[in-house]
Amino acid sequence: MADRAQPVSGAPGIGAALCVATLILGALAAVVWRAEPGSGLGPSDWQAVRFTLIQAALSAGLSVALAVPVARALARRRFVGRGALITLLGAPFILPVIVAVLGLLAVFGRAGWVSQALGALGLEPLRIYGLHGVVLAHVFFNLPLATRLILQGWQEIPGERFRLAAQLGAGPEAIWRLLERPMLARTAPGALAVVFAICLTSFAVALTLGGGPRATTVELAIYQAFRFDFDLGRAALLSGIQIVLTALAAGLALRAAPGGGFGAGLDRAVQRWDANTPTLRLLDGAAITLAALFLLLPLAAIAMAGLPGLTELPASVFRAARTSVLIALLSTGVLLVLAVPMAASIAMVRRAAWIEIAGLLGLAVSPLVIGTGLFIVIYPLADPRALALPVTALVNAVMALPFALRILVPRARAVIGDFGQLGLSLNMGGGPFLRLVLLPRMRAQIGFTAGLAAALSMGDLGVIALFADQDMATLPLQIYRLMGAYRMEAAAGAALLLLGLSMLAFWIFDRGGRWHAEP
Amino acid sequence: MKYLTFAAGLFSATAALAEAPTLTVYTYDSFTTEWGPGPLVEKAFEAQCGCDLKLVAAGDGAALLARLKLEGARSDADVVLGLDTNLIQAARDTGLFAPHAVSATFDMPVAWEDADFVPYDWGYFAFVQNKTLSAPTSFRALADSDLKIVIQDPRASTPGLGLLMWVKAAYGDEAPAIWAGLADNIVTVTKGWSESYGLFLDGEADMVLSYTTSPAYHLIAEEDDSKTAARFDEGHYMQIEVAGKLATSDQPELADQFLQFMVSDAFQSIIPTTNWMYPAVTPEGGLPDGFATLIAPGKALLLSPEEAAALRDPALAEWLTALSR
Repeated sequence: MADRAQPVSGAPGIGAALCVATLILGALAAVVWRAEPGSGLGPSDWQAVRFTLIQAALSAGLSVALAVPVARALARRRFVGRGALITLLGAPFILPVIVAVLGLLAVFGRAGWVSQALGALGLEPLRIYGLHGVVLAHVFFNLPLATRLILQGWQEIPGERFRLAAQLGAGPEAIWRLLERPMLARTAPGALAVVFAICLTSFAVALTLGGGPRATTVELAIYQAFRFDFDLGRAALLSGIQIVLTALAAGLALRAAPGGGFGAGLDRAVQRWDANTPTLRLLDGAAITLAALFLLLPLAAIAMAGLPGLTELPASVFRAARTSVLIALLSTGVLLVLAVPMAASIAMVRRAAWIEIAGLLGLAVSPLVIGTGLFIVIYPLADPRALALPVTALVNAVMALPFALRILVPRARAVIGDFGQLGLSLNMGGGPFLRLVLLPRMRAQIGFTAGLAAALSMGDLGVIALFADQDMATLPLQIYRLMGAYRMEAAAGAALLLLGLSMLAFWIFDRGGRWHAEP
Repeated sequence: MKYLTFAAGLFSATAALAEAPTLTVYTYDSFTTEWGPGPLVEKAFEAQCGCDLKLVAAGDGAALLARLKLEGARSDADVVLGLDTNLIQAARDTGLFAPHAVSATFDMPVAWEDADFVPYDWGYFAFVQNKTLSAPTSFRALADSDLKIVIQDPRASTPGLGLLMWVKAAYGDEAPAIWAGLADNIVTVTKGWSESYGLFLDGEADMVLSYTTSPAYHLIAEEDDSKTAARFDEGHYMQIEVAGKLATSDQPELADQFLQFMVSDAFQSIIPTTNWMYPAVTPEGGLPDGFATLIAPGKALLLSPEEAAALRDPALAEWLTALSR
């Protein structure tokens, strides 16, 4: 398609992709450059690679498989509180790991609610620690993301197609075959690749829920190389493995996902006459209820633990909250500047796979490696502490980029495919096409992207630990510090504050984006 | 440097600030928080040095050392505070540290002789539990019991590494058997101390690897006397936290002055209820009240920095083998 005239220029997106790739690979190169001769990879590292692959594949597969019925139910049903539920479902994904793990264990742990209920019935407590625990935790984190990505696929089927289907008397099975299955074939591989990439860099969750060193992941091996052996070469090698695995997964996913779409619609509200049978209502109700329970119970545990601490939050927590909000806004801005042009380029340029993979790099490379690499680069030039804010915002933006592209690309592709020719035939310039056609039609996706980016940045520990001094802590860092000082109650309160702020940021940005999905 | 600061003083409106030399101390995160010793130490030292004390936080002890290695000789740090005996050898090997000039009589269970590093506090590793639990009296008793414990990963956590050294110092070649026996007691292994302690307080485990001084926090800060530590017959491994002066410091006299201040009453009296450790030199007023209720280990175990450095990798391999089955 590159040969063909295009309604907007692909160059800014290519430039953005080059910037991202340079930033991440440059950071990695800096670590390699600084490395002294160390040991190569040992058998325990390969064991870590194997465990990482197994748990990431299982987690991604299960997250996406479970997300399909949940997303389908949410797409077909309208009920009071649906919007709030969709927003809340995003919460696990943006929590700091330590908070989410404690919330999860308050429900599923040895002394958790489920075990207590089992105990009351005279049964053994739940045995959560092991590979299944790791997968459970990763599904908890990623099911909401997978659900949102797939739900978006449903929302992108124009309402006219369902009208036509209803007119032709298509039942649920025919709709599944004609509309839903092709849509899933396009969205599911991308969702799988993103969840797989997230799970690839998991560490604290995998170790804690995995029950010990059996659950050693590549990320833990990197951490060990850094702080236990100070073997930067090995850390960079392991990081290289993460990149290769992510690129492979992304390549497979892109190959598996066919192009094409449903054609343009007139943005009419979607109505589903096909789904009104009692059985389907019951099934959808069950899917939504089960998912909501699974995701919301741990959140309730976090909220209950946090309420008492909320009244005794020290002033430093509010200072940290301000810093976090500032970083989140900055990083959302940076992300949109990178992601929207990249998405447009991917939609237009032939052989755009490298742009997608460049976008995934932010997830593939361990934050520790990026942070250390940037530190090595910045240190001779400037005081890293003075740059803590912009560096953290930038890294957070790059880490949110893979999600942004998954959200933006399908829509950008559809809009350009459906309206690009029209724009050209009207002799619309790139600017007017962007302003009048592309951006307005992507408003929903851009809102969702911005919300996710803001929330992710708020909850992420990222690289701030390497750069910040005591006056520049973010809220997640402050939570860790409170816990490190025995102040568990205040930490729980701060976690609840973080949860509230993240959800609020997500809701505000996403709000503008959900209009076209609602009847 | 003197001329520079003088010039800065002439031209700057904040002349008083600019004239004061700055002493930069790298330390771990929890030292600098508002509940840690940092703010009080800063105030006390600045009152007597006519300088600006800048505390820079960098993760925990091991992250601190990694940071220093990254910065190398260009580092702004004049003093590094917060390494422990398990890190001393690696720190010395960097060649970045200079001999200190501190003289003090330390009140620690073991004698201290080190040309480069000065201790400022110490503690014993221990398993913390609720008082209602009947405590095991040794690793073997713990391994034979049904008690569930949560520990930290030695690859990622300072106390985790301390436990590795504890078992090694107490049992030597028998360490693998002890770990094999403990395997079914270990609920899980966490990345850091905070996760473990949080899990313990939430009831996920009966005991958690921490310090003998942990119950003092609950007693003094929360007026909660329900926690205690189990006293093990084989003795308890010590953590001694130290500070050292960097050879590249542009404020060597001030750095010496700080290290001497560090072992004085003014600094030492801050430690017990902010860092929740024993002061290296007992201050004149003695220890705070709650500290008398803490368990007193019969035997203090400690490997020398050289031994600790040599045993670290084999001990880790034993640990991984025993717990990966």
